[in-house]
Amino acid sequence: MTARTLTVHNKTGLHARPATLFVQTAARFKSKIEVTREGRTVDTKNILGVLSLGAGKNSVIEVEAEGADESAALDALETLLTTGIGQEE
Amino acid sequence: MSTLKGIAASAGIAIGRVYIYRPDDVILDLESHDSVSVEEKLKAISLATESVHHQVKALHAHMEEQGKSKEAEIFSAYEMFLDDPTLQEAMERYVREGYSAAAAVHRAYEDSVQLMDNLADAYFRERAKDIRDVGDRVVRALLGMPKADLRALPYPAIVVARDLAPADTASVDRENVLGFVTEQGSTTSHTAILAQALGLPAVVGLGTALADVDEHARLGVDGAAGTVVLDPTPEERATLEEGARALAAEQELLTQYKDKEAVLGNGKRIEVSADIGGPGDVATALRFGADGVGLYRTEFLFLDRDSPPTEEEQVEAYRSVLTAFGSRPVIIRTLDIGGDKQIPYLHLPAEANPFLGVRATRLGLRRPTLFKTQLRAILRASTAGTTRIMYPMIAVAEEIEQANLLLQSVRKELDAEDIPYDHDLEVGVMVEIPSAALDAERLADRVDFFSIGTNDLTQYTFAADRTNRDLNYLYQPLHPAVLFLIRMTIEAAHSHGKWAGICGELAGAPQAIPVLIAMGIDQLSMSSAKIPRAKQIILSL
Repeated sequence: MTARTLTVHNKTGLHARPATLFVQTAARFKSKIEVTREGRTVDTKNILGVLSLGAGKNSVIEVEAEGADESAALDALETLLTTGIGQEE
Repeated sequence: MSTLKGIAASAGIAIGRVYIYRPDDVILDLESHDSVSVEEKLKAISLATESVHHQVKALHAHMEEQGKSKEAEIFSAYEMFLDDPTLQEAMERYVREGYSAAAAVHRAYEDSVQLMDNLADAYFRERAKDIRDVGDRVVRALLGMPKADLRALPYPAIVVARDLAPADTASVDRENVLGFVTEQGSTTSHTAILAQALGLPAVVGLGTALADVDEHARLGVDGAAGTVVLDPTPEERATLEEGARALAAEQELLTQYKDKEAVLGNGKRIEVSADIGGPGDVATALRFGADGVGLYRTEFLFLDRDSPPTEEEQVEAYRSVLTAFGSRPVIIRTLDIGGDKQIPYLHLPAEANPFLGVRATRLGLRRPTLFKTQLRAILRASTAGTTRIMYPMIAVAEEIEQANLLLQSVRKELDAEDIPYDHDLEVGVMVEIPSAALDAERLADRVDFFSIGTNDLTQYTFAADRTNRDLNYLYQPLHPAVLFLIRMTIEAAHSHGKWAGICGELAGAPQAIPVLIAMGIDQLSMSSAKIPRAKQIILSL
């Protein structure tokens, strides 16, 4: 199991488009990936769960992956979050 | 008759008949239980979900075809909602509790809507509407009730609705939809985003003021003002029509002049640039045809925060502006703040006369770390475009020399670290203190350009605070005293082979432009919206 604490850099946070990309990216990996914010944990396969975290700009989330490709999965998600995915320009 | 005030969501003016768009609410008995088997109900839900998948794909494709890929992306989220495991589990649970298929779908989606509605962030609350829209589609598919849309209106009209979901506006009858007026919504709602994309006026968040309006009513909509006139009188109509004409004329001016170069009869080209406050203003500046940026006010990066912006943050902001303008030059003005602003982390002492105190470059020279961080960030970003640096509020030549020493030490640091930067970037100063204009001959030796800040130059010339209403009569930027200082500055620049520009309200004032051009000005920088008119004036000289 690997875990990483990440900061959401998008202007609008993990809302519709960024959350969609986040979920799509997570789905590319075999590992079970969970994300936690302020004590609530959801599965990353679950877009409503991810949206319901209400992770706005600069909020801190904990991403946890378990499986064969766990570190690759975390790398991909981290890149996504730090490069400001799916921004409205 | 009566004017209603809502939220301005998309600029434009329209007058027309009302078209009430209330996609029939599905009346659903949420308590309805039935004896249909669990398997059959789940099968029905899965078929309905599948058919909504097709609908959403079609809407997605339709928007892509219209080149609106940004708006179309919302439908990727729609498809994910349809596949969401939480929703599926909730639907199955309700079905097992004996609810009818439609009631189970509705309840499951509403649970998620509630979850989103409770979030503090407005962006997230907007998503609640999307989820409700998807749920509504699945329920309709189950019940065999098609969804109403705006694809074809019976007559040209202003659409009045409770709120619009992205799918509603995915295919809009461009011939007949004149504008949108909604009861709910905010500046970030889909109605606003889509109306802007379509170039149609929209006023949102009107509440129930239009609940009783019928399709015989006429509305006047002013999307920039956020007002809706119900059954406009002939006078109100005339005012709206005049506004629409002015908008059209502005638009015409824009299309005609935005890509033109402002070249004088003698072949001299005047650079007509934009004043901006940050990366957020770039799109507007480019839309109005700016030849570059004549004044990038960097102080917004420093305000409303608890610590100074890091070098990286600054590099990112400057680079994004420079990249957007490419070969068109961008003048980055170094920090222009003083004791009149509340910047807790700078611990600026209170001053009796902050406008005559330690501000702008005076502050920068006393806080070399702050100043050098900014210069370093500008140099690092400089490779992204055509960069010019400008020191504000220079009173005497020594200040330029000191600032340049700091710049020189930053260059050495970067050289030592092998960090690339534009070695030939121009460095200039703002002339906004009379002493600088009067001594411009000596200053010109030490700069690549002057930019005359007419707002401050005027107030310092007359020693009159321009925000003091009692001294309005002393705010005369076209007074011979000011014009004399401007001319001295331009002549000093030219006699040393340098160039001079103007930033400040005067640069965009139609009556001032011919005077400034006659005095030999090389560049004018103004708020973006004034650029097309300024180019028109210059080309007509």
